[in-house]
Amino acid sequence: MSTLTIRSLRKNYGSVEVLKGIDLEAQNGEFIALVGPSGCGKSTLLAMIAGLETVTSGEIRIDGRLVNSVAPKDRDIAMVFQSYALYPTMTVRENITFGMESRRVPKPQQDEAVKRVAAFLQIEPLLGRKPGQLSGGQRQRVAMGRALVRDPKLFLFDEPLSNLDAKLRVDMRTEIKKLHHRVGKTTVYVTHDQVEAMTLASRIAVMHQGSVQQFDEPATIYNRPANMFVAGFMGSPAMNFLPAELGEEGGRPTVVLPTADGKTASLPIVQALPSDTPRQLLLGIRPEHIYRFDPDLARRKPSIAQIDAVVELVEPTGAETMAVLRLGGKEITGRFDPDGTPRMGETVTLGIDMARACLFDPTTQRLI
Amino acid sequence: MADVPLDHMQDHHAATVAARRHFLTRFVIYGLLAIFAAIYLVPLLVVVLNSFRDQQEIARNGLISLPRSFRLEAWGQAWSTYCIGGTCEGMQRNFYNSLKMTIPATIISTVVGAMNGYILSKWRFKGSEALFTCMLLGVFIPGQISLMPWAFILGNLGLSNSTYGLIVIHVIQGISFTTLFCRNYYVSIPDDLIKAARIDGAGFWRIFRKIILPLSSPILIVTVIWQFTGIWNEYLFGVVFTSGQQQPITAALVALTASGTNVRAYDVMSAAVLIGALPPLLIYLFGGKYFVRGLTQGAIK
Repeated sequence: MSTLTIRSLRKNYGSVEVLKGIDLEAQNGEFIALVGPSGCGKSTLLAMIAGLETVTSGEIRIDGRLVNSVAPKDRDIAMVFQSYALYPTMTVRENITFGMESRRVPKPQQDEAVKRVAAFLQIEPLLGRKPGQLSGGQRQRVAMGRALVRDPKLFLFDEPLSNLDAKLRVDMRTEIKKLHHRVGKTTVYVTHDQVEAMTLASRIAVMHQGSVQQFDEPATIYNRPANMFVAGFMGSPAMNFLPAELGEEGGRPTVVLPTADGKTASLPIVQALPSDTPRQLLLGIRPEHIYRFDPDLARRKPSIAQIDAVVELVEPTGAETMAVLRLGGKEITGRFDPDGTPRMGETVTLGIDMARACLFDPTTQRLI
Repeated sequence: MADVPLDHMQDHHAATVAARRHFLTRFVIYGLLAIFAAIYLVPLLVVVLNSFRDQQEIARNGLISLPRSFRLEAWGQAWSTYCIGGTCEGMQRNFYNSLKMTIPATIISTVVGAMNGYILSKWRFKGSEALFTCMLLGVFIPGQISLMPWAFILGNLGLSNSTYGLIVIHVIQGISFTTLFCRNYYVSIPDDLIKAARIDGAGFWRIFRKIILPLSSPILIVTVIWQFTGIWNEYLFGVVFTSGQQQPITAALVALTASGTNVRAYDVMSAAVLIGALPPLLIYLFGGKYFVRGLTQGAIK
């Protein structure tokens, strides 16, 4: 059993407030991703969990024990660094045993542990080498081995994949997922890559400017982002935001959008609206929820609403094609099947899945 | 059509001109370098040659001329029998004094500098930057300024006219440099290594011994060379704070040139100078390439 609980955690560097009251918790065996743009405080938060940074105020508890002023070595954690931080003058074996050596673990036990971890990560042939003689992926493995050998309460990962090339990154991502599945340890994983967060985490904490914007399961973060920052940060290409007005048609609420020809189009709102919904709204639509309209689709998905737009630019990526569309005064991005790709300059009738659309309050930027 | 061969000829011509110009530039560069090298090397050559010449021959043919004889006696005299200020033991005692002073002072100041550098780069605390700046001042303060304070301190410690007093001075005067070298080098060692080691359960000393020290050889070589040559060649403190049998070799060399009875023994002086210059020279010969490499390594980051 190992849990992590963080309550109203703050960190100041002089007068600069880096973390503004963080609340987080991880259940036993959970995989928590801290995601956000650089400078959002995610790495500082991780360093505080590890005990490498002091706590200004608030609480960090591991397994219920308050660890605010406990030394890193006594927190029973293991950490994998972005730079791997392998000791350059030691062999892989020495790197892995360094921690046990520090803790005076008996030699036979050390050998046993090294054997187990090396077999687990398939790094047996590398044990005699120095970090300088390893490739990026191998170093990554060794860094994980050094963390795994400890059998800690908590695994901490600080952007472990960002030094790898694109292909290797995807492979290692899968491997970390497998690893977590097999080891089942409570993990906190810092990344600026929203795809990593989505694929790996059981829950994601999206951070921005020193506070947690939303802490929830990946699907909820993606489909019902708490505010415009989360909506814009998660997902690539990013969610489209269209300024709109609240309208009404046949007794049902609609969003009214200006269209290309200077007229307006009104799209029915599917969700239930609270009574204090403002007149001015922002309509958020993910690129994959924009389709080329056809009656067949409308029959299958009753929440599809029609609207005309001009195709400005087409970007084929192979598996799918992105199109930049002009809708009223705004440019939006749509994600299309390569077979049904619109042509540049063409005016297309789009089908927008209103069931998947998000409405935001432009003043508070919050989800309605 | 006729343009083609013409162009070709012009190209060929241009190429020869360029090659000739290239050769000329090279020639000038190497020529200048050779002249400068000679300016530095000729005095050394004169001294080396004179140390093997006969005193009479030097008197007859002048200081600068090719040797007509070859003898090693001057070296022996300079080492063990030549009279300086009344004692006739040559330079050997002073040579040992210099070793006795330089080796401990080099080791102690290097070790302290490495520790300081480690703390100031990896275990920063409130005011550590200010402290470092203060220590840096020592690099810019000329030795003469501290003569009086040192006289006072050595007097109170009862270390005047002793090699130990000089060790104390050189250790403390050297710490500014050694700290600067080591700190700047250690700054380039990633902090993540220290963090990883802390999580691995290693403390202050274990991190220093197991992680920092094994990475330190380039900068330690630089520091040792710098300190050794600096302390060995130092003259002012040696001549002010010691006398006679306690003097390091630099001070004794000056005493030797001043103590000439009637004839100036150029052969012995040359040999003595070379004996005095030998240890730093050897250190450079063996560590020179590390020195250049290490200095730039420390300087870049």
